[in-house]
Amino acid sequence: MSRTPIHPLTIGLLLLIGVGAPLLFPAYGNQVAVLWLMIVFASTWDILGGQMGYNSLGNIFFFGAGMYTSAVVQIGLFYDVGMYTSGARTTHIVFTTAQYFTGFALGTIAAGVVAALLAVATSWVVFGLRGPYFAIGTLGVAVAAAELISSWEWVGAAAGISMPVFPGAPETQKLFFYFLLFGLAFAVLVGLRWLYSTSFGLAINAIRDDEEKAEAMGLHTRRYKRTAWTIAAFFLGIAGAIFGNMTGFIEPRDIAFPTTTFNIFMILMVLLGGKGTFWGPVVGAVVFQVIKEVTWTYFLGWQFVALGLLIVIIVVYFQQGIVGWLMERYPERFGIRVAPREKEKPARTIGLAPHAEGAE
Amino acid sequence: MEQVIGNISLLGAMPIFNLGLLIDGLLVGSIFALAAYGLALVWGVMSVKNLAQGDFIMIGGYITWTLGRLGIEPLFGVPVAMVVLWGIGWVLYRTVISKVIARDLFTSLLATFGIAIVIQQGLNLVFGPDTQSAHANLPIFSIAGGLIPIAATRIVGFVLAILLAIAVILFMKKSRMGQAIRATAQDSRAARVLGIDTEKVYSFTFCLNAAICGAAGALVAIVWNVQPFLGTTYSIRLFVIVTAAGFGNLPGVVAAGFGMGVFEQFGGFVLGAQFQQALIVLLLLIVLAVRQLQQMRVRQAVQ
Repeated sequence: MSRTPIHPLTIGLLLLIGVGAPLLFPAYGNQVAVLWLMIVFASTWDILGGQMGYNSLGNIFFFGAGMYTSAVVQIGLFYDVGMYTSGARTTHIVFTTAQYFTGFALGTIAAGVVAALLAVATSWVVFGLRGPYFAIGTLGVAVAAAELISSWEWVGAAAGISMPVFPGAPETQKLFFYFLLFGLAFAVLVGLRWLYSTSFGLAINAIRDDEEKAEAMGLHTRRYKRTAWTIAAFFLGIAGAIFGNMTGFIEPRDIAFPTTTFNIFMILMVLLGGKGTFWGPVVGAVVFQVIKEVTWTYFLGWQFVALGLLIVIIVVYFQQGIVGWLMERYPERFGIRVAPREKEKPARTIGLAPHAEGAE
Repeated sequence: MEQVIGNISLLGAMPIFNLGLLIDGLLVGSIFALAAYGLALVWGVMSVKNLAQGDFIMIGGYITWTLGRLGIEPLFGVPVAMVVLWGIGWVLYRTVISKVIARDLFTSLLATFGIAIVIQQGLNLVFGPDTQSAHANLPIFSIAGGLIPIAATRIVGFVLAILLAIAVILFMKKSRMGQAIRATAQDSRAARVLGIDTEKVYSFTFCLNAAICGAAGALVAIVWNVQPFLGTTYSIRLFVIVTAAGFGNLPGVVAAGFGMGVFEQFGGFVLGAQFQQALIVLLLLIVLAVRQLQQMRVRQAVQ
């Protein structure tokens, strides 16, 4: 991966695809919108999983936290939240256009900020953990959040919350959320590309390669880990706010904290595309989204079995991912100098720092 | 909230209820201890953290439930489930686990998570999402003047779990294979140098663990109930037990298993059954945080 900021041509191409896609495939508008969301998921997961070597199983926590924060802000600005959630089935509450958009804007900002604050708070617990303990610990955070929200009456408990209704035609609504998600994905990609080109990118790569050595070289590893986790959380919180408003109804287990769907998709997309590469998560997201739409359409009922099998197959047989495989095959194309045979392997390797308690 | 305080004061006012919960907790905890021992075995020998452990238990449970439906005494489900799970364990070892042992730990974690999803969804498709229970035809005793009912099934489950655990421990101590397994756990490279076929040891260990889960699952179906998606809760429970005790510490694992059973009975009584899952997950976070504080004392790093 070259350590330069994103090329202007690439930016142009991204904008072209983003604006062109809904015009070219109007029938698949929703699927393409979800694709941008998936790219946000995969790219933000890769900050920790790929670039820093910390495999989280609980990033979805921030998505759900953002979703619920925005819901509470949007409703709480104009009504009493407890009344709203308890009376949602009997009374019909209408938000005016102005109320909707101010609530939505403030709610989205609040979602990002609250998710980031939660990341700082949870970092005290999770970042002392390494390897599999980190993965299980983060999964625990996400599952605990889902369980707590589903027994918290004030935010609707397991029954969920109906979000304010979009004031406008369904077509406008579709385009509105499409462009919001595209804008978010665009911001994530450009932002991360810039971030990886700074010394911050080098620092988190150093943590991935050997955390003890990085520490010995004087890197404040905790601070870097916390910052990376917070950045991922910020974007995921905003994504949660937008997605919550897009679906119009939020609920703790299957929409806000779906630990066995979106949460696993993130990891799967990154592994499929190539962990620790910039474009890998994007490629993985596109391929995965296509596979998912096909299996969901043709293997209905068996789709989750297929998902589990896909996880096993990718993890066991194809862990370097598409971009990782290409890099191994054609290293010169990626600007990697390959030493002559019988010398060292190319310096760039994809994978984790060795664990202290490994079997061999 | 009032309900919680009411429940606590009820426990204070009627000490006999404490005894009932304690006995129930120990009886249930014996099953946790058995399955946690299997997890600790695989973890220690091949450093694979099996996230499908709870789902193996559910398979064992559904085998027993099916036998019960066919009119066969559910207690026969214990050996049948052990044999079937041994076979499933062998197939999974050949196809998946053997390929991830040498890889990093996250790989095995994710691979077993994938297996867990396949098992859960497969069970859901075959048996449906309802909660099921295999009823053994055994009476319910009561002690302390009828205040504490104790189902005979729980006692049978307890005895069976203890007998199985003793059998496994004796096997590990005395038999040739058990010794090979312990040697591999200590140092797989040295074991290989000394002529132990570590590949065979790994395969045997994984199958043994699956069989132990099958037995535990059969007992769960008899004394409790099974449901396709309960597996994850069991996995987390077992993970809490093994993490709290440390995987090399067998008496610790057994004690933590009993402790988990008792904790859950009291927690469920005080807070209400709907908080059971949240309680287990919170316990996981607490255990991880405490472990980390312990390590912090050892590890003084640049902050």
